[in-house]
Amino acid sequence: MPEPLLEVKDLSVHFKTEDGLVKAVDGVSFSIMPGEALGVVGESGSGKSVTFLTVMGLTQTAKNAVVEGQILFQGEDLLKVPKEEMREFRGRRISMIFQDPMTSLHPLYKVGYQLSEAIRSHQKVSKSEAMEQSIEMLRRVGIPKPDERVRQYPHEFSGGMRQRAMIAMAISLNPDLLIADEPTTALDVTVQAQILDLIGRLKSEFNAAVVIITHDMGVVAEHCDNIQVMYAGRIAETGARDVIYYQSHHPYTWGLLDSIPRLSETDSHERLNPIKGLPPSLIFVPSGCSFHPRCPYAFDRCTAEVPLLLPSDGMHAAACHLPIADKERIFQERMLARS
Amino acid sequence: MSVEVTERAEPQPTDGRRPLVRVRGLRKYFPITRGIIFQKHIGDVRAVDGVDLDIHQGETLGLVGETGCGKSTLARVIMRLYDATAGTVEFEGEDITKLRGGDLRAHRRNMQMIFQDPFASLNPRKTIGSIIGDPYRLHATVPKNKIKREVQELMELVGLNPEHYNRYPYEFSGGQRQRIGVARSLALRPKLIVCDEPVSALDVSIQAQILNLLEDLQKEFNLTFLFIAHDLSVVKHVSDRVAVMYLGKVVEMASGPTLYRNPKHPYTGALLSAVTVPDPRLAAKKKRIILEGDVPSPIDPPSGCRFHPRCPNAQFPRCSDEEPELRPHHSGQVAACHFPLEDRAVIDESAGV
Repeated sequence: MPEPLLEVKDLSVHFKTEDGLVKAVDGVSFSIMPGEALGVVGESGSGKSVTFLTVMGLTQTAKNAVVEGQILFQGEDLLKVPKEEMREFRGRRISMIFQDPMTSLHPLYKVGYQLSEAIRSHQKVSKSEAMEQSIEMLRRVGIPKPDERVRQYPHEFSGGMRQRAMIAMAISLNPDLLIADEPTTALDVTVQAQILDLIGRLKSEFNAAVVIITHDMGVVAEHCDNIQVMYAGRIAETGARDVIYYQSHHPYTWGLLDSIPRLSETDSHERLNPIKGLPPSLIFVPSGCSFHPRCPYAFDRCTAEVPLLLPSDGMHAAACHLPIADKERIFQERMLARS
Repeated sequence: MSVEVTERAEPQPTDGRRPLVRVRGLRKYFPITRGIIFQKHIGDVRAVDGVDLDIHQGETLGLVGETGCGKSTLARVIMRLYDATAGTVEFEGEDITKLRGGDLRAHRRNMQMIFQDPFASLNPRKTIGSIIGDPYRLHATVPKNKIKREVQELMELVGLNPEHYNRYPYEFSGGQRQRIGVARSLALRPKLIVCDEPVSALDVSIQAQILNLLEDLQKEFNLTFLFIAHDLSVVKHVSDRVAVMYLGKVVEMASGPTLYRNPKHPYTGALLSAVTVPDPRLAAKKKRIILEGDVPSPIDPPSGCRFHPRCPNAQFPRCSDEEPELRPHHSGQVAACHFPLEDRAVIDESAGV
């Protein structure tokens, strides 16, 4: 059994605010193996971004943040690593691609400078060597004429090219873990397909583990090995990709799957089956299962008792009180209704 | 071009009524100038470059294409937010491109718009009641003392709590704000509502709620929608017909299922194949057509077929010399391509679960 690359144990990230304690992440445990592609799915405010910003060491710096638990990266607890040493991890061993390619690059510096700065801050190389490497990275992520492009400013790049440049920056130091937070939400579908393909290819080329954070069950269907569904700061369900799509045990996952219009539906205007209501406030999280106010199958126990993330078989686990037989029956019914 | 194309075959509804909106030979160029005092005209951004389009009463016409293909500009010209460079837009038979002053203001009641960004399209300093009620005040369709009641009815209609009349936009989530935008667009009981990417800023579960709401309202008020989005699965879901735009031109138009089962234009095929499928087994069977590069500049569009530099099926020199016309195909759509795709679906339906 190989060692996991990243092991998060009982992680909680709370923020003290004037309105109360915001429980952005509330007791989350999971692990990522080397070379694995994990999809993290959930609505805005489900804690998916905060979890991974914490892995990057980017939430702890906030004065009002209370972070508890363990984040073991190759056996070392990142929450205990001093700030200065955290820089060694960030960028070089773990790197992140952000959602908005328009604002993640500095508008006043040339793209080549920004790329080579990232390289030079971690490796002892000369400016010209770093620039050479930057050009090579841009070429690898599929930017045509990279030797001319490095001399341009971000505004001269299209959205897709900026996201490619961000990816080039993120992989230039050959990280072991690449976190992509909504990498394609701001992009056209055609560019989205290119970027997702690129991330998938880089994963096999560099043998890096990849985390794709998204709210779209379509994005993770093609490129992830495992999927983790988050709701209101907790993990609702986790499992291998096909298990989540074809044998899901959590009503929230069902809702996400049913919300998406499908190209294959034969009759347009078919009514979508959205999850009713809105995601809960993270200050006043509903009692028991936090999904119960929106869940069509909720019963007494759901309002009283927090469901545990119980493994059903292998690595598939769902935090839901419904009996397994009921879940299987309901999921089959909903799948039939969909197709 | 606007003259000879008017008689072109197009998928028509069977009852043969006159379309609500009839767009012919529409062009919108944005001039590029150089110099400060003596501005020299050095070129044009050809955002919309010769579009013919009918929108029929009560239907939803979907408009898809990549960023920069001119779909929003087209909508804004139809809305008279931009003036057309050439061509006509007829609304119920009347050419609206020349309307001015009071006539134009009176006409604006017939058309409303729902915008993409629910955070930027509502004035943060105004209460919801005043935002939704503004159209009444501007057009004086309802006596002042009845505005509040009308607004609260609208709020209820779109699924907002009427008691939130005095709240400010920041107190609402993205989905709720989009409902506010929908309520505002309904206030004057318009005939046409242009939805410009109404759900692309929202979470998927909220997206579905808004899409359902729009469909309910369409049935209730017999609305006509021009629905713009870059997500083909959303567009196909809501639309009766879908027009695909590329670099300022419509390259294919068909009913949603036809387009999906049998795309003729390679660009449509590529768009379809790029859509993510929330079903791993189906996704694995998808025929991928990956488009290389970005959309070319609309300042100097490619010669011949504008898609030829990115087209996997382009044959030279015909595609780079001769501009294809929108032609009807036996499968029921119009497409502008010299070498249309063979009859086949991009995603094999028989592979379904």
